[in-house]
Amino acid sequence: MLHQELRLTGSGGQGLILAGIILAEAALYDGLNVVQSQSYGPEARGGASKAEVIISNKEINFPKVDKCDLMLALTQTACDKYIDSIKPNGILIMDKSIPNVPVREDITIYLVPIIETAMNSLGYPMVSNVIALGTIYEITKIVSKASLEKAVCNRIPRGTEELNIKALEEGYNLIRNHKEECFGHGCRFN
Amino acid sequence: MVEKKIKLMQGNEACVEAAITAGMKFYAGYPITPSTEIAELSAEKLPKVGGRFIQMEDEIASISAIIGASIAGVKSMTATSGPGFSLKQEGIGYAVITETPCVIVNVQRGGPSTGLPTAPGQGDIMQARWGTHGDHSIIALYPWSVKEIYDITIKAFNLSEKYRTPVILLLDEVIGHMRESIELPEADEIEIYNRKRPSCLPEDYKPYRVKEGDLVPEMAGFGEGYRFHVTGLVHGETGFPTSNSKIAEELVRRLVGKIEDNKDDIVETDEYLLDDADIAIVAFGSTARAAKSAVDTLREEGLKVGLFRPITIWPLADKQLVDLSKKVNRLVVVEMNVGQYYLEVDRVAGKYTKVDKYGRVSGELITPQEIVDFIKEV
Repeated sequence: MLHQELRLTGSGGQGLILAGIILAEAALYDGLNVVQSQSYGPEARGGASKAEVIISNKEINFPKVDKCDLMLALTQTACDKYIDSIKPNGILIMDKSIPNVPVREDITIYLVPIIETAMNSLGYPMVSNVIALGTIYEITKIVSKASLEKAVCNRIPRGTEELNIKALEEGYNLIRNHKEECFGHGCRFN
Repeated sequence: MVEKKIKLMQGNEACVEAAITAGMKFYAGYPITPSTEIAELSAEKLPKVGGRFIQMEDEIASISAIIGASIAGVKSMTATSGPGFSLKQEGIGYAVITETPCVIVNVQRGGPSTGLPTAPGQGDIMQARWGTHGDHSIIALYPWSVKEIYDITIKAFNLSEKYRTPVILLLDEVIGHMRESIELPEADEIEIYNRKRPSCLPEDYKPYRVKEGDLVPEMAGFGEGYRFHVTGLVHGETGFPTSNSKIAEELVRRLVGKIEDNKDDIVETDEYLLDDADIAIVAFGSTARAAKSAVDTLREEGLKVGLFRPITIWPLADKQLVDLSKKVNRLVVVEMNVGQYYLEVDRVAGKYTKVDKYGRVSGELITPQEIVDFIKEV
């Protein structure tokens, strides 16, 4: 049975809710059941933000994520707040700008320069969320590549398709070319 | 193509799509989290179907505007959350006594007052019933999924037209904001009810006369040539105010009766694994989704538990609750408040079975595990 619960965390304005929607839509294209939800504070920018996606081949009743299989963290605050919500054997993808790497021996941690790649390689910090989706795909293959690319193009402003597909590829490559550092339980460099 | 029909859609978005399908041509509102998407999307979509959107200066103006639009002959809706729902109560009473069809959406958040703007709550169950003053009955509906939000929004419009009454559509932050897949029905699969227009000549029109065999008076559109008077005062068949005690008694009883005497048509409920159940959970909206998961878990552990889900919150599904209470050993009402619907369930079912309540008001959705633990305890 396929049942994966994912939590995308960071601060308001980083595009995490959009990333959650894109991932959910890609899963829908693959014919899977999906529920996407979010929580955020009253602020327009800043403040904690998280998007949650449940992907399953069964009916999904409870729409919220409690313990997750995979978590993305783009800020230290979000990482610290939700680190304990990752299931044993789960995966944490964290941005390399986060100074304090959490201690969890029972999960796999990928430390990846997502924000730096968005700024320096692509010149657009706002595509960090799409790069992050690329890393999630490369690690989990939870949705098909075709569906992911289609969902990205469906949800981003018209005219930015090329930039966003490039951002996805940067995400794939960060993992493929071992630009990440990997720690813990399931680390393939152990 | 499959892709064309199945969409990833947010609950609030499904509400707007359905409202437009049901024939909404006018929306007036004052945005408030977590209902704002309903205003945004109505602003975007209504002009494309020949409708109008207006952002009013506040919630009282918004409900007044939709009542006016409906009296002028178009289907209308407004959406809000708890703080705005409080302000709309005066207008809801006016819609009740003037028998003006309209839909009021309340995407519930934590309260009281401005409370928890971005967090879910179910604290407006009783306000939906008794928020406006005076003797009246009300229809309030509460779906639990994106697909059902679509269907029940259409039902809300249909009931408001059929019974000439304001209909409250209750949602909560969880189901309003979450996205899931929805397959939109074809136009020919959807039943749309439109208010009954006058069949007589304008000079013979009595705006508040109920014809033999009809539920409600025929409704002309203001400005269409049928002259009539609209007032929140007690009125006779002509629509003009009166303090005649016989007319007053008859009017209020008719307003209450048109809803309470037609529960068979209005009340909709859903059930899950109740046939052999010893314990039934009563829950609605997002809480019912947690309850359904809890039922599955408890069944795996050998406990005979089922779920009873009122979709029509008001009028109360008392007949169904009494039937249920005679079959099970215990009812457990689970809601994101300190026990509002519980009091009603206990009132009608308490003499036949034990009724317990489990609630939470932290701004977080009740989890399946909490329900499992509570039921094992009792």
